Amino acid sequence: MNYKEIQSREERLAPGHRMCAGCGGTIAVRNVLKALHPGDKAVVGNATGCLEVSSFTYPYTAYTDSYIHSAFENAGATLSGAEVAYKALKKKGKTEENVKFITFGGDGGTYDIGIQSLSGAMERGHDMVYVCYDNGAYMNTGIQRSSATPMYADTTTTPVGSESVGKPQYRKDLAAIMAAHNIPYIGQTTFIGNMMDLYTKSEKAIYTKGPAFLNIMAPCPRGWRYDAPEIIDICKKAVDTCYWPMFEVVEGKWILSYKPKNKLPIEEFLRPQGRFKHLFKSGNEYLIEQFQEEVDRRWEDLLKKCEA
Amino acid sequence: MSLKERMSGNEAVAYAMKQINPDVMPAFPITPSTELPQNVANYIANGEMTTEFIPVESEHSAMSAAIGAEAAGARTMTATSSAGLAFMWEMLYVAASSRLPIVMAVVNRALTGPLNINCEHSDSMGARDSGWIQIYAENNQEAYDNFLQAYRIAEHKKVMTPVMICQDGFIVSHGVENITLLEDEKVKNFVGEYNPEHSLLKDTMAVGPYATSPYGMEAKRAQAEGVNQAKDVILEVAKEFGEISGRNYGLYEGYCLEDADYVIVAIGSACGTTKDAIDELRKEGKKVGLLKVRVFRPFPAEELTDALKNAKAIAIMDRAESYSSQGGPLAAELSAALFAAKSKAEVKKIVYGLNGRDYRVEDAKDVFAALEDIAENGNKNPFEYTYIGLRE
Repeated sequence: MNYKEIQSREERLAPGHRMCAGCGGTIAVRNVLKALHPGDKAVVGNATGCLEVSSFTYPYTAYTDSYIHSAFENAGATLSGAEVAYKALKKKGKTEENVKFITFGGDGGTYDIGIQSLSGAMERGHDMVYVCYDNGAYMNTGIQRSSATPMYADTTTTPVGSESVGKPQYRKDLAAIMAAHNIPYIGQTTFIGNMMDLYTKSEKAIYTKGPAFLNIMAPCPRGWRYDAPEIIDICKKAVDTCYWPMFEVVEGKWILSYKPKNKLPIEEFLRPQGRFKHLFKSGNEYLIEQFQEEVDRRWEDLLKKCEA
Repeated sequence: MSLKERMSGNEAVAYAMKQINPDVMPAFPITPSTELPQNVANYIANGEMTTEFIPVESEHSAMSAAIGAEAAGARTMTATSSAGLAFMWEMLYVAASSRLPIVMAVVNRALTGPLNINCEHSDSMGARDSGWIQIYAENNQEAYDNFLQAYRIAEHKKVMTPVMICQDGFIVSHGVENITLLEDEKVKNFVGEYNPEHSLLKDTMAVGPYATSPYGMEAKRAQAEGVNQAKDVILEVAKEFGEISGRNYGLYEGYCLEDADYVIVAIGSACGTTKDAIDELRKEGKKVGLLKVRVFRPFPAEELTDALKNAKAIAIMDRAESYSSQGGPLAAELSAALFAAKSKAEVKKIVYGLNGRDYRVEDAKDVFAALEDIAENGNKNPFEYTYIGLRE
């Protein structure tokens, strides 16, 4: 892929939408869609969430491609219907165009309420990409915990208080669940450097025949409580602490995309975020230790998968 | 040259599906509609249909995929019953408000509580305000004929509204009766090719917006207009269908209705039973009749009340409980319409056939006897409704 050429491509998510300044979800959508080859048409799907209500607010749409939203928990099923319609109409010679099917959901619509619909669509083998922009909580309804929320995060349904240190559970490993579907392509990434990792994985996902899944960590300045311009630094720290490893699963083979030279302690990722402020109070050191242990355990597990 | 056959209601509707051969069918099995996706899958497996079947993992996904497929420009159908329809609930509203002319075969079955697989109208009656057109059948022939007419209604430019073609679970869906089928070519010409004006694939378009209060109300009003227009379109399509089949349909059917003093109003297979009772009672000189409601959405209030203008006493019968303390939905809506029409008839509201409880010819005769009584003595408990065959 040629970085300059990608940058010269026309935007498929037009400016003027109402997403927050510094929103990670918007960065994900804009850059995934840039991986589409010029001239290829796309049908973009979307689960209900911040992205939907802010990018298709009647009578305005921010999408230059065809777009469909139907509900919260069914982005997988809805787009699978459109993909099959394309197949049926193409067979009958009723459409000639080259159309790609890409749907976006937040972690609420993907890890939680929409996992059945996602699982069904992936298992059935539709030629489509499901992109999860994972900001680790239900941000549209006001920062409630999801199964993607990291342990000990302060959310509005796991509030920190005299009897609570935030979300008690570890986060779900959705990429591994998708890998268990034995689909041809899975990519996990975030916003690093000039986004080449994101472009490369998006292109592979879009142009791999069959179902593909992208899991993109997309920080939310409101929910994570950091200063919006710090997003790139936060993403870098997520990757360098191995909290959010970048990898691919291609035809069942796990491939690590990036291994930090010096694995940073998890505090580096946690400290800038208001949702983890309580972890740095004296007496709470053990919470950070536990968090670190889980990050280490998962990282070792991933390394093993990638060596195998 | 029509074809005589013997078929169950499910076989008849599956045959209609084969003859129409729509582009896409997402479906999930549920008793008693399971045979519909099964038979379609069989037709496809044997090269008799080219429909793309999507074996979805739930009814919620069935309706979601139907929405995606129809929005992309494919003629789409699905089928379900009971809990399956309930699981689609949210998406029924989305399909209707997105003006997607999906056709769904509903095989009526009780909603759970207690779990029961038998006939009741509680499933589709619960969905009566979802924005779908609802057409009900008395028997397998009507289920077949109604399904053949459905796309012409749904896809009509003035309508653009999804349609449910309902038949009674087991009683119709699994009961084998004689049926007259149309030739494939006749069906093909009648239903026609589907060329939607707009679609995700044909145009660059966006479906399913977030609408704020300055816009949403107009969208809902426009949607209601599609349903309002459907009444005329249903009649136009029925007229054309009558010309090719010799079988005539309206918004309702009257049986011995014109001179009837005592009338049962009902939906579905109970009408066949009622007709038998009427035949027997007419021989005794009783002026009894039936008004069978074929189209429940749009609700033909003017037509039904006009058809009832000579009745002295009317029994409105629901195969669904509304838990409103006022009987079922047909009773509530028709009573309101009769009031608007300044009807002087006595009205008796009845709930029958819940969880598949039998409704027999003798039951219909008892209802007519009760109507004679209230016509003479007045309805002493006009706010009460009664049950047929209930052990109390």
